[in-house]
Amino acid sequence: MSSTTDTLFQAVEPRLDPYRLGRRVRTDHGGDGHFEPTGHGEGGPASKRVVVAYGFWIFILSDFVMFSAFFAAHAVLQSATAGGPSGPELFSPTSIAIETGCLLLSSFTCGLSAVATRARSLLWTEAALLVTGLLGAVFLVLEAHDFAAMVAAGAGPQRSAFLSSFFSVVGLHGLHVTAGLLWLGTMMAQVFAKGFRPNILRRLLCFNLFWHALDIIWVALFTIVYLIGLG
Amino acid sequence: MSDHDRNVGDIGPGVMEDTQESLRGAVFSYSIGLVLSVLLTGAAFTIGYSGLVWRPGLPSALIVLAVAQIGVHLVFFLHITTDPDNTNNVLALAFGVLIVVLLIGGSVWIMEWLNYRMMIPTPGGMGHGGM
Repeated sequence: MSSTTDTLFQAVEPRLDPYRLGRRVRTDHGGDGHFEPTGHGEGGPASKRVVVAYGFWIFILSDFVMFSAFFAAHAVLQSATAGGPSGPELFSPTSIAIETGCLLLSSFTCGLSAVATRARSLLWTEAALLVTGLLGAVFLVLEAHDFAAMVAAGAGPQRSAFLSSFFSVVGLHGLHVTAGLLWLGTMMAQVFAKGFRPNILRRLLCFNLFWHALDIIWVALFTIVYLIGLG
Repeated sequence: MSDHDRNVGDIGPGVMEDTQESLRGAVFSYSIGLVLSVLLTGAAFTIGYSGLVWRPGLPSALIVLAVAQIGVHLVFFLHITTDPDNTNNVLALAFGVLIVVLLIGGSVWIMEWLNYRMMIPTPGGMGHGGM
């Protein structure tokens, strides 16, 4: 935000509204600690960091809505096995548990990378992102292995409506993780090459939101797809 | 710092409140989130694969655990809180949840009724038009 606007507001505000006098505003918006827009109408729109994160939050919520359509289809088709194998006959608890553990831990290390970024530590940010990426890769390899085993056993997506919806919803999540891994690699390179510039910080924030959102979807997924069918 | 020096403004989702929390505190908060979600996941897998819970009650128990874990993720990982600065994020989330519930709940409701109404009538049993 331009400092001219800030000075202007400092000069004018006390006369307009004595209660706003001396109000201090958080400094994590990328400003210089002076009076800054609050996002509640005073001093103009919210800072770019807030606007970008909010916009990305809206995208994530629309992604949740898309996933909910796939979950609804799966819930409806869960028993439509057409004489083929059902869920409990196909899924291996060990594999699902390891996949879940990988994704949970990677969400944690992703959070640690955000803390390291806040401390402006290049080494720790890169290390935490690397661990996040490796855990994500282990998850993907295990999932691909499960898929291959199912297809080899004749339980591919074309076998029954249940399996079609299973492969759609789990595969869609897997695609998101793949996209997240590509994004993660890009961010590691950008942080390394460009340092903690404001635009890189915004991208890191959005990546963090995306990765945590994937974990939230996985919680819904292992509940609805893998565990509820056991009842 | 007097009372009216309080921080006012919006914060984006996922943004940690830098001014109030130390780095150690931030790591601690993520660790609490991890421990809670590991416990909830462990509980979900345990009741799923052991016979600890009455089978017909299993879906409800699992859904409760999943909702709790999603709440833990939102608070400790995504920093969506009841803080007034977070209102915009919470309202957007509430709208998202509304759509998700309508979509999943509505689909399951409609399809279960459809299956029920399409059941082949048995003599003496309830066929269509029985209700």
